Amino acid sequence: MLPNTTMLPENLPEMIAKRVPQRLDLSSVSRRGFLLGVTASAGGLAIGFRPAQATEATSTEATSDAANPLEAYIEIAEDGSVTVLSSQFDMGQGSYHGLATLVVEELGCGWEKLSVRGVNGNTALYGNIAFGGAFQGSGGSTSIFTSWDRYRQAAATARAMLTQAAAQEWGVPAGEITIADGLIGHGDKAASLGAFAAAAAKLPVPGDVTLKAPDTWTEIGNPDLKRYDRVGKTKGQQDFTLDVKLPGMLTAVMIHPPKFGATVKSVDAAQAKAQPGVVDVVTIHRGVAVVAKDMWSAITGRDLVTVEWDESQAETRGTEQILSEYRALLDQPPQAVARNDGDTAAALAAADRVLEADYEFPFLAHAAMEPLNAAARMNADGTLEVWGGHQMPDLYQHIVSQVTGVDMANIRMHIMKTGGGFGRRAVGDADVVSEAVAIGQAIGWKAPVKVQWTRENDMRGGRYRPAYTHRLKAGLDKDGNIVAWENHIVGQSIMAGGPFGGMVQNGIDPTSVEGASNLPYAIPNLSVGLTTTDVKVPVLWWRSVGSTHTAYTTEAFLDEIAEAVGKDPVALRLDLLKDHPRHAAVLKLAAEKAGWGKPVAEGRALGIAVHESFQSYVAQVAEVSMEDGEIRVHRVVCAVDCGIAVNPDTIKAQMEGGVGFGLGAILREEITMTDGEVDQGNYDLYEPLRIDAMPVVEVHIVDSDANPTGVGEPGVPPIGPAVANAVAKLTGNRIRTLPMAKGMTT
Amino acid sequence: MTKFTLNGTEHTLDVDPGMPLLWALRDHVGLTGTKFGCGLAQCGACTVHVDGVPMRSCQTFVGDIEGASVTTIEGLSDKVAETVQQVWADLDVPQCGYCQSGQIMSAVALLTETQKPSDADIDDAMAGNLCRCATYHRIRAAIHEAANRLEA
Ligand code: FES
Ligand code: FES
Repeated sequence: MLPNTTMLPENLPEMIAKRVPQRLDLSSVSRRGFLLGVTASAGGLAIGFRPAQATEATSTEATSDAANPLEAYIEIAEDGSVTVLSSQFDMGQGSYHGLATLVVEELGCGWEKLSVRGVNGNTALYGNIAFGGAFQGSGGSTSIFTSWDRYRQAAATARAMLTQAAAQEWGVPAGEITIADGLIGHGDKAASLGAFAAAAAKLPVPGDVTLKAPDTWTEIGNPDLKRYDRVGKTKGQQDFTLDVKLPGMLTAVMIHPPKFGATVKSVDAAQAKAQPGVVDVVTIHRGVAVVAKDMWSAITGRDLVTVEWDESQAETRGTEQILSEYRALLDQPPQAVARNDGDTAAALAAADRVLEADYEFPFLAHAAMEPLNAAARMNADGTLEVWGGHQMPDLYQHIVSQVTGVDMANIRMHIMKTGGGFGRRAVGDADVVSEAVAIGQAIGWKAPVKVQWTRENDMRGGRYRPAYTHRLKAGLDKDGNIVAWENHIVGQSIMAGGPFGGMVQNGIDPTSVEGASNLPYAIPNLSVGLTTTDVKVPVLWWRSVGSTHTAYTTEAFLDEIAEAVGKDPVALRLDLLKDHPRHAAVLKLAAEKAGWGKPVAEGRALGIAVHESFQSYVAQVAEVSMEDGEIRVHRVVCAVDCGIAVNPDTIKAQMEGGVGFGLGAILREEITMTDGEVDQGNYDLYEPLRIDAMPVVEVHIVDSDANPTGVGEPGVPPIGPAVANAVAKLTGNRIRTLPMAKGMTT
Repeated sequence: MTKFTLNGTEHTLDVDPGMPLLWALRDHVGLTGTKFGCGLAQCGACTVHVDGVPMRSCQTFVGDIEGASVTTIEGLSDKVAETVQQVWADLDVPQCGYCQSGQIMSAVALLTETQKPSDADIDDAMAGNLCRCATYHRIRAAIHEAANRLEA
């Protein structure tokens, strides 16, 4: 069964560019704009969401627009097992569990027979509401946001249909039927949901269903609820793309250009091809692939291939040169202005004192534990199946079609769970996925093939968090008030030139300035400028994107100002956050829980930071000491406001993980290049956090009835500046070059 | 031909003795619970027990395990292992789960050797196991909790 792709627009990449909103401003997205509606498709009717305008005319027709949540979002098998069909991708952050929670809550199906499967192929059904519904994708911590109404409503509708089916069969009033824990009941009658699923799916779909009242929720907000997928993950039973094994499958490893932008000039593969186990060596659009009967034969075969590269178009600068050019650009006026309140230049000129600080951020690798991979099989009937961590499945399907010439309707994307992602699996050119199908094509589809990157492929394969420099200036009046704030950011654009290029407007890539251009502090004269650089190192969103650097500079610089004017960093922030109660509330909560203002243990200091990303608000207090010149973070107290807490334990886990991920990055992680070649190839030189450096993390969730927002990314940004501010207290040293292992000495 | 015991049963492998045990297990035996993360003994995702000792199977070669007893995540069965896996689930440790086979293999080896590990013992035993999702906070708590339950 191939998905129905007739709902996919022909020109998807252009559509994405045109229709995805300028900035991911969830507060301006109208959820009501996407009502449960009907979309006609070749395979019959499917229930979907479409803009209110289109459905308003039909909404009065109550049940006449029959459509089916039991096909589009929820599958119930005869044995009562329930499969949630997820539009959202799970790379470990728990989005499958989140969507399942919404369904279990409204459907009453219980957890015992529940599973979740990723689906795609119909933008009307699965398009991300945060992206204007224009395409299916996971990113910007939007999975719960986009699913909140959609999946609750689908489940409530399915429940109504099951109730109706049972009422008809049993000849009793629908109002007397109960559904709980996977059982439909009436009096002493009870049956599994599976017993009525087929009949229910044939009923007209009610146009109007009532969602459960918050005070009757048993799953949403339940702090004791554990992830449905946890047990398999403790037994090695969770399958990833690494584990895809198809009959007769071959394994390929890649040789990528050593410098970004280089292309294959010639290949000498004679020795490799003579080696037992090696099946073929093929040149594709992204390099050379060694195809073998197993992974070890592919790896050893690869060592025997010699490739000559054409480096005429390649990036040959090293990171030292790139960064020194960025430093020089800070002295020039910014190319574009992202925000301009008042008259910052005049206010700086008139200020009593001006503080200034430059910051420097390295390229960072996502370095997820599962190196990138994808598998593909051409079937005898001409259909093509592709397995992988398809974070933007419709776009990837288009690219697969372009690479292979196979019609979209004959391509099936199998969406696998992945060993991490952190942004790396949402890439506009579908890199590893396109490799898998190109290799399949190059070997004449004589067997299914999986391409598996080695760690070195993954580390040196590009798509890094871009390097940036920042210059911040603050003007203070005689009383120590901040009268001016200027922030100039220099670095590459993540979105320019890709399918999201349309979001870059007036020289501003919103992902370069987010977190800086929406600075919440009340400062009358404020300007944020951007200079976008032309570097051939491929870059990408990296867990929390712009906030990975903007939170650091804004929150560390504000701390410097607090010190300069002799104010408490919490008190100063609260003064400036009068119009931002959600920022203020998490700040206060974290400060209070961490014992801010009370004495700390000898040799230790507290640092604090607050930052909003993707409409979730997080404050963190880090308790830090110096041990033999090294930074040691003992404890982090974190307060988070992400609206209604759908899965409190997952929120905690994401905050803990965000702290560890962000802490690793600021302490030691950096990708450097020498003459255009990446120096780090593995975890020996690229050093994520290990357990011995992990602090105790204490998470406090703000009670809220606001619509839920995401938590996959927002835990990352505050940890860097919180630690930097504590280190400044301990040592007087303001670290402005990252990673800190380097910045301590420069 | 290499003869060894795998998860309690006699096994023979007819592959290049220089092949890392990791790829032999995954591609030739068909046990995929043991994961590949780095190939360089840097991440611990491939950890198995060889005669009870945690080893990185990406740097252990088929030729080295002649006559040895190898246990993978699929073959864990004793009380320590069951307790560790139960606690791991109770504390909801895994996020993506990719590193967790290796984490659990290292934790089981630690708790088999040391009944009441200190934080420093945990650092020593577990620092070779990377978790990019940074579930470390819960891993530490789970090891302490497993020690408590095993003692009770
Ligand atoms: S794969 Fe063996 S230690 Fe990383
Ligand atoms: S749980 Fe994802 S790498 Fe550890």
